[in-house]
Amino acid sequence: MYGTRLRAFSLATLVTLTGGFALAAFYAPEDADQGFMQKILYLHVPLAIVALCGFVFGAVCAIQHLRTGESRWDLRSYVAIHMSLIFGAGVLVTGSIWARASWGHWWVWDEPTLVSFLIVFLLYATYQPLRFSIEDRDKQARYASVFAITAGAFVPLNFLAVRLAQSYTHPRVFATTDGGLEPRMKVAFYACLLGMALLYATLWKYEMASKNTSAQIKALRRRLAGDEVPAPRRSAAPTLESA
Amino acid sequence: MTILAADVTLPDNAGYVVAAYLVFLVLLLIYVAIMATKLSRFERELTELNELADKERTAA
Amino acid sequence: MTRAVNAVLRRDLRIETRTPQVVPGMALFAVSAFVVFHFALQQRSVEGNLAAGVLWVTLLLAAVLGIARQFVADREEGGFEGFLLAPVDRTALLVAKAASLFLFLVALEIVAVPAFLVMLLGPSPVEFWRLLLALLLADLGIAFVGTLVGALAVQSRARDLLVPLLALPLLIPLLIGAVKLSAPVFGGPAAAARWPWVLALYDLVFGLVAYAVFDFLLED
Repeated sequence: MYGTRLRAFSLATLVTLTGGFALAAFYAPEDADQGFMQKILYLHVPLAIVALCGFVFGAVCAIQHLRTGESRWDLRSYVAIHMSLIFGAGVLVTGSIWARASWGHWWVWDEPTLVSFLIVFLLYATYQPLRFSIEDRDKQARYASVFAITAGAFVPLNFLAVRLAQSYTHPRVFATTDGGLEPRMKVAFYACLLGMALLYATLWKYEMASKNTSAQIKALRRRLAGDEVPAPRRSAAPTLESA
Repeated sequence: MTILAADVTLPDNAGYVVAAYLVFLVLLLIYVAIMATKLSRFERELTELNELADKERTAA
Repeated sequence: MTRAVNAVLRRDLRIETRTPQVVPGMALFAVSAFVVFHFALQQRSVEGNLAAGVLWVTLLLAAVLGIARQFVADREEGGFEGFLLAPVDRTALLVAKAASLFLFLVALEIVAVPAFLVMLLGPSPVEFWRLLLALLLADLGIAFVGTLVGALAVQSRARDLLVPLLALPLLIPLLIGAVKLSAPVFGGPAAAARWPWVLALYDLVFGLVAYAVFDFLLED
């Protein structure tokens, strides 16, 4: 069951994330260099960190799926990657807005984390088309897991390579004055990070509960209606084996 | 140490900051909308299945 | 296991030498690409970073062609089933396919690199060993990643779309390393000492990942 503790998670997310944003808005001081614009950092960076952890979590679930062969691990992996992809879209958009605000361009190549993110996003965007194009369910799940693991191994390598590719003379766009955050900024930042992580966890549970419910309804329909089950639309999403 | 800054006027480039947070809000609300459609579909299907179960019970 | 690897490798090489498809295709694509670059960039010659970029992009895109063709024959002619029936370690197929892709890439570069030097490169190349090192390390990485992606994509209905979409992002760190390492050959900026190590790390990671997951792609 994925709906258990969903309420607790939602409340925790509500408190932490709103608290974090409030701290960012009112408690944290303005950055000396970038001014008010730096406040986007409290949104953009937690989104990025959580999205990346989500991709790694998806890879871990994929490893479990290949080891145990249970379809629920495949579903967990799928949902994790799906969520991270959406968070990742948010990262790219907020990053672009930040670039526009501080540099005047809607995209900058000089910010290595943003560029790495674009590459990672492009890679994971193929996850769903890959699933959709393999018809056999078992094969689809296995191949998707292989992809998730490969992509998960790729993420740190990618960040390393892109970071190294930048020449040191070019200043990073998003770095703060000393390269670190002041204590009050740190408090707000960690609150936002925690809130974002809780948001990811809550939405993940939401999505899992929804998929589980849908599978249960299908199973119930099969038991009641027998063979007259309408053919389901082909989808890229994995289904849970009926209880 | 002032905590609330409610009476301070916002600087000029606040628009971008607001836009970024609005993007986040929009993404979240889109997800809410998707969940809403799913939920209404579940409701519809479950009522259907309930009626089906009733029919079968009366027929048996 | 080496016997199985040799058997599969020899078979693939024999197929290619009898009816050459992949290597001539890749080589022809590379040369055509150089012509395209000449007109697109509107320059008589390139040098430095631009030269390294043109060469490596062309090699990468040509490699993608080769990756797409790798497993097609196996899938269509029942090579997978035949292999699975044989009592051999399944990783043998990975090693053999990666080796054949590596050799095809070397064959490609024997044609493409001189063509590049003649057609597009402005200054004479210096420290040529850097280019050779970059080619060696990159070919190894492309062989691992390419075999993995090729095996992933061959079972899907959209394989010609999937191969470039999967392979290109995965190969970007490799591209970065290769370009940085070989730019000085064409008159570009000096390369930091770390780039061969970055490439080697990439090869190691993807070699291990391919070794770990390849079996799961072969199960029926």
